[in-house]
Amino acid sequence: MSLETATSSAGAAQASAPTVVPGPVVRRWPLRGRAGTWAGFALILLLAPLVFSSDLSVSMLSQIGIAIVACLSFNMLLGQGGMLSFGHAVYTGLATFVCIHALLGIASGAFPVPVSLVPLIGGLAGAFFAILLGYVTTKKAGTPFAMITLGIGELVAAMVLMVPEFFGGEGGVSANRSVGKPFLGITFGPPLQVYYLTAFYTFVCTAAMFAFTRTPLGRMLNAVRDNPERVEFIGYSTQRVRYFSFIIAGFFAGVAGGMYALNFEIATAEVVGAGRSGLYLLFTFLGGATFFFGPIIGAILMVLSFTLLSELTKGWPLYLGLVFILMVMFAPGGIASLVMMNVRLAAYRKLSRVAAWYPALLAAALVMLAGAAALIELFYQIQLGSGNETHTSVFGIGLDTQSQASWIGAVAVLLVGYALFELVRRRFGRVWGRVQEEIEAQVAAREGR
Amino acid sequence: MSSKYAVELKDLRKSFGKTEIIRGTNLAVAQGERVAVIGPNGAGKSTLFNLISGRFAPTSGEILLNGERVDGLLPYEINRRGLARSFQITNIFGRLSVFENLRCGVLWSLGYRYAFWKFLADLKDANTRADELLQMIKLDRKRDTLAMNLTYAEQRALEIGITIAGGAGVVMLDEPTAGMSKTETARFIELIRDVTEGKTLLTVEHDMGVVFGLADKIAVLVYGEVIAFDTPDAVRANARVQEAYLGSVLADAQVAEGTRLHAGHPGH
Repeated sequence: MSLETATSSAGAAQASAPTVVPGPVVRRWPLRGRAGTWAGFALILLLAPLVFSSDLSVSMLSQIGIAIVACLSFNMLLGQGGMLSFGHAVYTGLATFVCIHALLGIASGAFPVPVSLVPLIGGLAGAFFAILLGYVTTKKAGTPFAMITLGIGELVAAMVLMVPEFFGGEGGVSANRSVGKPFLGITFGPPLQVYYLTAFYTFVCTAAMFAFTRTPLGRMLNAVRDNPERVEFIGYSTQRVRYFSFIIAGFFAGVAGGMYALNFEIATAEVVGAGRSGLYLLFTFLGGATFFFGPIIGAILMVLSFTLLSELTKGWPLYLGLVFILMVMFAPGGIASLVMMNVRLAAYRKLSRVAAWYPALLAAALVMLAGAAALIELFYQIQLGSGNETHTSVFGIGLDTQSQASWIGAVAVLLVGYALFELVRRRFGRVWGRVQEEIEAQVAAREGR
Repeated sequence: MSSKYAVELKDLRKSFGKTEIIRGTNLAVAQGERVAVIGPNGAGKSTLFNLISGRFAPTSGEILLNGERVDGLLPYEINRRGLARSFQITNIFGRLSVFENLRCGVLWSLGYRYAFWKFLADLKDANTRADELLQMIKLDRKRDTLAMNLTYAEQRALEIGITIAGGAGVVMLDEPTAGMSKTETARFIELIRDVTEGKTLLTVEHDMGVVFGLADKIAVLVYGEVIAFDTPDAVRANARVQEAYLGSVLADAQVAEGTRLHAGHPGH
């Protein structure tokens, strides 16, 4: 997507100490290159189910599409507008409920629209609720904004359980997506058909959200993030900039909610819950709020960790928490910023000097991870494990909660790993700093300072 | 320009709690005039600027911009009526490029408002204007540099650039040269003179050199009241002003410097 640091949304609201400040733009992203990126994205969406063709993989691919749209719309607030929302699931979730009812309406013949338009109905629902609730939310920025989103999230979650006529109470509401007249034999019964509909909406929404970053409102949203006070003195109402952007983000969140309804054919109280809102935040941040494409990485990770990591270990939320903490501490720009820092080095032909350290860093990190994983698994076995089972294993090594050797071994591996990592990291830090200085010098020379 | 005066203050008052900071200020700045507001620390200069630009609402009194009441309006409403200001502490968009900073300043005045159906790249007038501004503030070589990576003097220049970007007829600069070296200051005064050509200018300044180098008239603010409002020479001769403000040796030296600068630019 965009390489231009200036136009990409910079920085999560709370990421107060970015380790590396993005430098001056190396070159304008050539138009052909950008068209190529989009063509590649479309091709991946088209071909992915041919490579990952099992029913489970196709369902995962659909979920990734949904998560991409949801996280990108969340990042419109966080990364581009500096608005930390704890209640984004309100807009995806309420749209899911509306879409389930739309499907029911289609089935009963009361609401004759094609099933393929259901995500669009979700978008309108999302925008509607953003107009309604966002008016209050966007009156404030910063911490009050975050607090209000939290409050509204709780309010909506409580309401969902209190109005079972519409929301179905604990059990939720379910519908059937293969209703209405088939169009050219497309019934949306098979997961693959739903995938391609999802992929289509994912592509269009991603393109539209990227386009938004290049419009006057999109740019003023960045300005509001950087310095709301000054915006008021160049003719703009910060409140309106936030409100209008919030509605647009609500629309795309709603599209994601509509796609969710088609994929899962059920809406429960969980879809509007604080847990889901937290996931959007967590994975958008992990992927990288600083760059437009960051949330796409985050969305892929979200689905992978939910489906694959949960197969691997029951204690996966503990790992997730650990990764999140490390990321906030060491790479507040998320994975996208790590990628872009390396791209920048490559552009100055200095990547190889730095990359030579990566295997060592990785090895040390793996040792540390092994120790941490052993501890996590041991704790997990004690706290939540089934019955009197004391055995568990990490990387195929048997561990026993009753055995001192297991505990001491795990702690020792963790400490050795940490020591190694620190050692390598410090040396790496020096090399990194030197390379950055050289680049700065080159830039300064070119600007003729 | 419906009114003879660009900015008019009528018995303006502002209290914070029980403390009255602005105590019945009266001032009438004619169209196209360059006025420096001076006064000792705590005289209320910055407060006065904040009142005029809408950052604070006055406790009582009137503020007129081109003959229209603007007291009590919000900053963006006042800005849309043709008044722009800069800040003493640099107030720019740090994570946007220099060019983007200026383009943000231009957008509203060209009527693009909150548009999300137009691409910035297609807005020829906005892009041309932003590029012109880049040349004017002499930052064209830093076009794509993030604002937070600029030097201090460059950031001050950008601050002025954003202020004049919208083409407001009344420009207020709050200590534009604060924290600059002597040579930078001299260059900067020239820059300000160039970019505010034909506009009504109000500045707050501590540096007497800048004041006498830049202003047609000087307003002396002491304890929230304007005690003198006249040409630099008349103000210098004013006994009350001398007593309140100008008596020090340092100020005299700065005045000499300023007069030299002023004389060097007869065509301003």
